[in-house]
Amino acid sequence: MDSPHIPAEHKIGLRRFIIASTMLFIVWLLLVGNLHWSEIVVGLIVAMLTAWLSSHHLRFLDDLIFNKATPWHVLRYLHVFFVALVRANFDMARRVLSPTLPINPAFVEVETHLKSSLGKLILANSITLTPGTLTVDVKGHYLQVHWVDSTPGTDLKHATQAIAESFERHLRELIQ
Amino acid sequence: MMSILIGNIFILIGALFLFLGALGLVRMPDVYNRIQAGTKAVTLGSLALLFGMSFLHPDWIPKLVLIALFILLTSPVGSSTIARAAYLTGLQPFTKEKKEKT
Repeated sequence: MDSPHIPAEHKIGLRRFIIASTMLFIVWLLLVGNLHWSEIVVGLIVAMLTAWLSSHHLRFLDDLIFNKATPWHVLRYLHVFFVALVRANFDMARRVLSPTLPINPAFVEVETHLKSSLGKLILANSITLTPGTLTVDVKGHYLQVHWVDSTPGTDLKHATQAIAESFERHLRELIQ
Repeated sequence: MMSILIGNIFILIGALFLFLGALGLVRMPDVYNRIQAGTKAVTLGSLALLFGMSFLHPDWIPKLVLIALFILLTSPVGSSTIARAAYLTGLQPFTKEKKEKT
């Protein structure tokens, strides 16, 4: 596999091109909604052309990690995410509907070990969609989070434990 | 028959969550809490609506999946951006102590 004749730069570019065209092709297939051969041919050409033309702007795709266990990690992450999303909604419904409005909001900081900006984006999105937390700002390795119910403690350690830990454990397997 | 019933139930659940989101916008005390109530309820409400639609119109499923993906990607980014703008203009969050003082 590791041929010494191909420079590393080209390899990364090829990998990025394959990932981007696969993603664009899947979006194309979902949009046309059938598997007629002419749609597939046109989709492949358009997806590859788009991926090739925009390859300089797709540098963030290099941070994704692919190996045999990737589908398994994606499924586990989606599971964690959807459980948290449904819990977030019932939690929010309870707070909104109760007459006393039981909230105790505060700004807290959360530490992340994800290096890439794509990883931070997905982590911040997940935090925004889960129980009582809203990402406000990203500063280097720290996320500023608004927390509706800050009773477990507002210091860095407690907040990271309660908010980001469960997502980050799974995300670390997928993104640098 | 059965699938129409299931689809309608999911659409009703979605509408209920969208209503809760709207109620949260009215009841919450400051902009950050309002964004929170809005984002979460509206995201799950829309997903439940789309899921219900997939029972009523099975041939729309690919497009519904695509819509769900784009909602999941863009809705939290929008909320975070609004919250960041509020934060950068120096808007202080509502806290329990302030509520007790007034």
